[in-house]
Amino acid sequence: MNRREKEQYLREYAVLKAKGKPFFPYVIAKDGAMVMIVIGIILTMSYLLGGTIAAKADPTSTTVVPRPEWYYYFVFELLRVVKPAAITPLATVGIPTVCLILLLLLPFYDRGPERHPLRRPIATTAGVLTILVTGYLTWMGAEAGAPTEIAMPPSANVVNKEDPETVELYLKGREELPSLGCLACHQIGENGNHGPGPKLTDIADRLPEAGIAQTLRNPTAPMPSYQSLEPEKFKAVVTYLGHLTKENEENPVEGGGE
Amino acid sequence: MLKLPSVPGGAPPRPGTPAAEPASLKDNASEAAISALGWLDERTAISGTARWVMFRKVPKGTNWFYTLGTSTMMAFLSQVVTGVFLAMYYDPSPNNAYESMRHINNDVFLGQFVHGMHRWGATTMVVLIFLHMGRTFFFGAYKYPRELNWVIGVILVLLTMIMALTGYLLPWDQRSYWATAVGVNVFASAPIAGPYLGDFLRAGPEFGATTLSRFYAIHMLLLPGLIGGLIAAHLYLVIKHGTTAPPWIEAEIDEDLRKSEA
Ligand code: HEC
Ligand code: HEM
Repeated sequence: MNRREKEQYLREYAVLKAKGKPFFPYVIAKDGAMVMIVIGIILTMSYLLGGTIAAKADPTSTTVVPRPEWYYYFVFELLRVVKPAAITPLATVGIPTVCLILLLLLPFYDRGPERHPLRRPIATTAGVLTILVTGYLTWMGAEAGAPTEIAMPPSANVVNKEDPETVELYLKGREELPSLGCLACHQIGENGNHGPGPKLTDIADRLPEAGIAQTLRNPTAPMPSYQSLEPEKFKAVVTYLGHLTKENEENPVEGGGE
Repeated sequence: MLKLPSVPGGAPPRPGTPAAEPASLKDNASEAAISALGWLDERTAISGTARWVMFRKVPKGTNWFYTLGTSTMMAFLSQVVTGVFLAMYYDPSPNNAYESMRHINNDVFLGQFVHGMHRWGATTMVVLIFLHMGRTFFFGAYKYPRELNWVIGVILVLLTMIMALTGYLLPWDQRSYWATAVGVNVFASAPIAGPYLGDFLRAGPEFGATTLSRFYAIHMLLLPGLIGGLIAAHLYLVIKHGTTAPPWIEAEIDEDLRKSEA
């Protein structure tokens, strides 16, 4: 807006204001009514949904899928959508940061005098698109629960050929793994989400057992560290993952396990 | 003749003149109220401000969308009040945090209800702040002369989202612990500043005991203060500039005014 436009705006605004109504009681009444509705909503939600808490936090075991509040789902979903691990940090932190800066500086690059949404096609389109994309990501994030069991059968190669101790650990790991929340970020066979972490179906072809254990202790973000898992559970999970190879996958036990 | 100084409080009624009507209770009360207000006004000059706030004119066409800002503020105030009550019972140490939340939920009178109000009030505030931001965006209300108010608003959004993130950890249950561990890792994975930010939030390389007290301090001292101050600045600017008229309302400069300006 140049100087003339600014002055014109102020003049028109002064006219509109002079013709308006006083804040008290007109606006107060409207605001008050809306505030009552808002308080009513909070009270109703609290009455119906309450302030529940889950089991006590336990760094040594996770029984829940790591999930943020729903209004952070879109960030979580970005993690999943942006595939190559090298650029995930750029996406999950970069995209919101860029959006924030664009938002912060909005009045400094959008300086035209026009205010009507239909006569600001670029701004309005950008705004609507942002809402749609965020809504879509939130929706996708809400859909992506984590399964509670692994459908992929144990491998005959392991069950029939390894020593009993390893087989026991292997089967225990297969049981335990879904309750650790890994499947929120990884896929094993048909189960789990494909991303943000890589597919683990044949992880052992890529990473030896020691490497897997190392990853669990000292992962690359955003994966949390499972350092303080109970040693037995830890060993079981590592043993299970350490036997997930393509070859093993292709040799399931007869009858699909269980 | 010697002149005595006059009696403070006026001369006593002369005998013989009719006594004044005894003042009614109502008169006395309104007298007292007016003099109390007068006392306050004499010392604070508040009445000018009150008139400036309450009797300013609001452009015609102002509709229900304009109530979203006030609603956001009320949601924030509700968070402040319920938060104070929760803080009376909450213990921000990893050993006791969870138990203190259980105590609030199970033993304290209306505890779970207040806890629920705080939880769902947070959700409500997040929704309302984004609706209010959408309103000012689509109405072009961020343009001259209200640019600074928009900037303050965006900072308020950021602080509100951090508020939600830090509060989520406090119950110290499985859900909050693991979600926040991942959330902080997301921040920590940022290029350049990420590792420092991560260390700061976790209060060290590991996610654990000190993280909780740090989140608590941020959540119940630092951010509420900042948000409260910024809301005050925001409202000052709103009142100073006045709220916009909806963009589709045209100003017909009426003839009298044009003549008087010419
Ligand atoms: C918050 C999401 C998340 C959770 C939960 C998670 N991971 Fe990960 N994981 C990742 C990401 C992202 C990577 C990739 C990191 C990288 O590129 O270095 C990864 C990498 C790995 C790798 C290395 C894969 C490779 O190809 O190098 C293994 C093994 C692994 N995770 C196992 C697990 C196990 C086991 C669990 C559960 C106990 C688990 N993850 C839970 C996100 C997660
Ligand atoms: C804690 C959060 C906030 C509170 C309590 C708050 C409060 C208010 C109130 C009461 C108004 C008066 C008009 C109305 O209600 O619409 C207002 C106006 C305004 N707000 Fe906010 N607001 C908040 C956040 C934001 C955000 C996030 C933005 C945008 C990024 C923003 C930008 C504006 C602008 C530009 C105006 C002027 C609108 C006009 O004159 O029409 N505010 N705010």
